[in-house]
Amino acid sequence: MSIEAREARQPWILLSPAIGAVTLLLLLPLVFIVVYSFWLRSAVGPDIVGFHFDNWQRALSDPFYRYILLNTLKIAAITTVLCAVLGYPAAYFVARSKGNKMLLLLMLMLPFWISYIIRTMSWINILGSSGALNTLLMTLGLTSEPLRMLYNEGAVILGLVHFLLPFMILNVFVSLDGIDTSLEDAANSLGATRWQAFLQVTLPLSLPGLAAGGLLCFVLAAGSYVTPLVLGGPRDAMFANLVYEAIITQLNWPLGSALSLLLLFVLGALVALYNRFLGMSQLTRGLG
Amino acid sequence: MGWNLIRLYAVLVYLFMFLPVAVVVLLSFNASQFGAFPMTGFSMRWFVALWENDAVMRAFRTSLLLGLLCALISTTLGILASLALVRYRIPGRNLITTVLIAPILVPEVVLAVSLLLFLNFIGIGKSFLMLLAGHVIFTLPFVILVVQARLVGIRRDVEEAALSLGASPRQTFFSVTLPLLMPAVAAGALFAFTISFDNITGTLFWKPGGVETVPTQIFAMLRHSISPEINALGTVMIVLTVGLPLLGASLARWLSMKRGV
Repeated sequence: MSIEAREARQPWILLSPAIGAVTLLLLLPLVFIVVYSFWLRSAVGPDIVGFHFDNWQRALSDPFYRYILLNTLKIAAITTVLCAVLGYPAAYFVARSKGNKMLLLLMLMLPFWISYIIRTMSWINILGSSGALNTLLMTLGLTSEPLRMLYNEGAVILGLVHFLLPFMILNVFVSLDGIDTSLEDAANSLGATRWQAFLQVTLPLSLPGLAAGGLLCFVLAAGSYVTPLVLGGPRDAMFANLVYEAIITQLNWPLGSALSLLLLFVLGALVALYNRFLGMSQLTRGLG
Repeated sequence: MGWNLIRLYAVLVYLFMFLPVAVVVLLSFNASQFGAFPMTGFSMRWFVALWENDAVMRAFRTSLLLGLLCALISTTLGILASLALVRYRIPGRNLITTVLIAPILVPEVVLAVSLLLFLNFIGIGKSFLMLLAGHVIFTLPFVILVVQARLVGIRRDVEEAALSLGASPRQTFFSVTLPLLMPAVAAGALFAFTISFDNITGTLFWKPGGVETVPTQIFAMLRHSISPEINALGTVMIVLTVGLPLLGASLARWLSMKRGV
């Protein structure tokens, strides 16, 4: 074999294990659950192979499923907005701070390393009936008995915001950090107030970061089921909880396939929209 | 005025992120029977209780083994793929990158369900092997993103110098490329280990009955009530997952300073 041919083959040899793994462990399984969603669950014995629309009909027309799907999107949207409102000023502070930027950045990264389940359950210590907040309120005499703050939708949203905020801050920071500060100075010297300069120069330039952070927060929030299990009540299920129920509790794998695909399509449509208008590179930049 | 307001806001946001975690650490030293306020005294008893809790220790060993194997496999696959992506001009590079990043573009629940159903179909039921496969595919994109970012910084001409001075490609790889790659390898492995150690969303789908990792063990314990033991376990997890990367980062910095790069 010529040297050129060997040189040309080399990257494919290097790539093949990773591509093989993704094909075997993600792409084929995804195709497989598409097929599986048309099978039927039988009361006894293995699932019935075939081409039936029953699962899809149920997933798409059941009012309960539709309600949960809409509620999930609502929770994800609220979470995303809260992350943006809390995260943007914090990211701005880190990006424009003249102090110890490295330390501030490190502190931004730290939550990524602290376990998700720990951060989620930590809110039980805060919001629980003998948690920090209730103890404080009762010591101050503001309330005579503990308030019920846990196991409701608010607690779920709070947990999600706490989990996802670092993703938002990091993405906004990356885009703010890349903006030349002399642009703001130029706006100032041309007579704009600091606030005007921010609104008309900095904010528009940082929108890609905000959008990337928003997309990540939304998709990750809409796909979560552990947070509602830990911080939500029995009525605060999100769509991924339905999937978990179908697959793990009811062992109805064909229905579970259809439900997961529905979630994939809804969130996939969102990612595709994002990709169409803003491109994927912003997203990988924030992750790397 | 405006800047001070932003500073105050940022401090509050940081507090919001860290205060709940600090409370976990604080309560894990609480002498009280109950995993809640008030603090009745300082005690290490819950850490001792953890050490003597067989279920927790078993979960710990499972998580450790899973994390190490996952880091080994994921980093190997990730480094090879990143080398190809950074070093060669290949047609369809964007498509390949998208495919390799796909496991984190798909919602994790969907990844979990599809892997469970497919592996089960080809005869691999819920098992340690399925857990490992799941963790590898989920960590691979992170490893590739981290490693690629580091690889771009390695200059190619150092290798060309070695080659032109008569080193064989193999010698060049092992005595020039690999040592330069080490920080990227370490970063990738650390990342994969921590993500695997922390994973719960997929793990709850893939784990066989009776097998628990540390996060699923905490999850199972939460079903009863929050106990000081959970807080203690949380503290251990925080020390491990935060301490290890910090240690790794400072070690890497020390190594590179010693080398004078």
